[in-house]
Amino acid sequence: MALDFSVFCQDTLTNEVVKTCFERGPDQTYLQWMLGAWGWTVAVSLTSLLVALVVGSIIGTLRTLPDRPGWVRFGNAWVELFRNVPLLVQVFLWYFVVPKVIPAMRDVPPFVLVVCALGLFTSARVAEQLRSGIQALPRGQRYAGMAMGLTTPQYYRYVLLPMAYRIILPPLTSESMNIFKNSSVAFAVSISELTQFALQGGEETSRPIEIYIGVTMLYVISALVINRIMAFIEKKTRVPGFVAAGTGGGH
Amino acid sequence: MLNLDFSFYSWSLINDFILKGLYFSIFLTAVATLGGVFFGTLLALMRLSGKKWLEMPAAIYVNGMRSIPLLMVLLWFFLLVPMIIGRPIGAEYSAIITFIAFEAAYFSEIMRAGIQSIPRGQVFAGQAMGMTYGQNMKLVILPQAFRNMLPVLLTQTIILFQDTSLVYIITAYDLLKGFETAGKNFGRPEEAYLLAAVVYFVICFSLSYVVKRIHKKIAIIR
Repeated sequence: MALDFSVFCQDTLTNEVVKTCFERGPDQTYLQWMLGAWGWTVAVSLTSLLVALVVGSIIGTLRTLPDRPGWVRFGNAWVELFRNVPLLVQVFLWYFVVPKVIPAMRDVPPFVLVVCALGLFTSARVAEQLRSGIQALPRGQRYAGMAMGLTTPQYYRYVLLPMAYRIILPPLTSESMNIFKNSSVAFAVSISELTQFALQGGEETSRPIEIYIGVTMLYVISALVINRIMAFIEKKTRVPGFVAAGTGGGH
Repeated sequence: MLNLDFSFYSWSLINDFILKGLYFSIFLTAVATLGGVFFGTLLALMRLSGKKWLEMPAAIYVNGMRSIPLLMVLLWFFLLVPMIIGRPIGAEYSAIITFIAFEAAYFSEIMRAGIQSIPRGQVFAGQAMGMTYGQNMKLVILPQAFRNMLPVLLTQTIILFQDTSLVYIITAYDLLKGFETAGKNFGRPEEAYLLAAVVYFVICFSLSYVVKRIHKKIAIIR
């Protein structure tokens, strides 16, 4: 069976092959549709990643606070809650249940709801990693900060967190790559991202193999790019003489 | 409560819609775990064999599988398997094949780490006893590797159970689909999704509690 990639140059309405593969005006080719879908995938992933990093950092820090059992328990409950329900179910909860139960959320666009679902789901994982990162630091670091007269926020900000983040950069890398893969569940609530395009484009053109190949390649490219960016950050933030990779915080 | 109404839930409804889905989810998890561990171990052994022609294909397969979303893998297999064997197969069979193939890649990474965690001395000791490669693996390395990796393997199984909900994309009938069908039939989709979340949470939370206990037990013995 021969593959025919000219399908990407077809107009999505007339199915005629366009020479340049790019239409002007309101019409578009399947290639344009796919690139637009990639844009949605990237937008959902990056926004969710931002939410996950911010919320995950807060929750992860709360879980390591000394003498604050209430906050620690809250953090633990948060992680267990968001880790033990499948992502697809969480997406449905945000998309169908939240707008019904909370009237104020009725007019929130689907994009925001999906970002909430994916971001908070990933925040639990980030929180878990940050907690183990902070706990991997030698206890003396915390005491040293205290002995210097730093307040709790201060020694977290200047002593513990800078080292903890460097320790957890490798798992954060794989989490960032995961978020791109996980963004595919947004298809279920009709965000027009790559997986949704694969389903619809494959059906409309009756050439699913070519469409799937295109989509799969874009996912692989996204994963590679994220991987390179994180490797770059890891290199830039490296502290000379501090071996971060998996040694449990030894110097 | 918050204009939600759970009164439509009854035993007959659970019997009619939910149990069938729950059975399939559990069955899929069990088959994919067993198959995934089996083929994952083979892949891990290929990658650690030191022979280029075995290492390369295994590495390409594992890294390839791990860089695409499971949903796309499900779509690919749903499309390709019937083409290759020349007749249509149901969504359920397609899901089983996909999950075994997909999870094998993840389990192989876990097994590889487990095998590499065994001290070199153990390998040499086995060789010094005159064991063949196969005997050494079967009697010395793998039993210890499995034991070291048990908590991670079980955690992956819990993730696998959660991932079975993704068969939604090829409309296989799993636990989530069961709740969704029930919700649609009774015009109460929101309540159905909420209950689905509760059921998944209870199952996964209890399982991860058990894993924690096992982890503690093993840690003490070592």
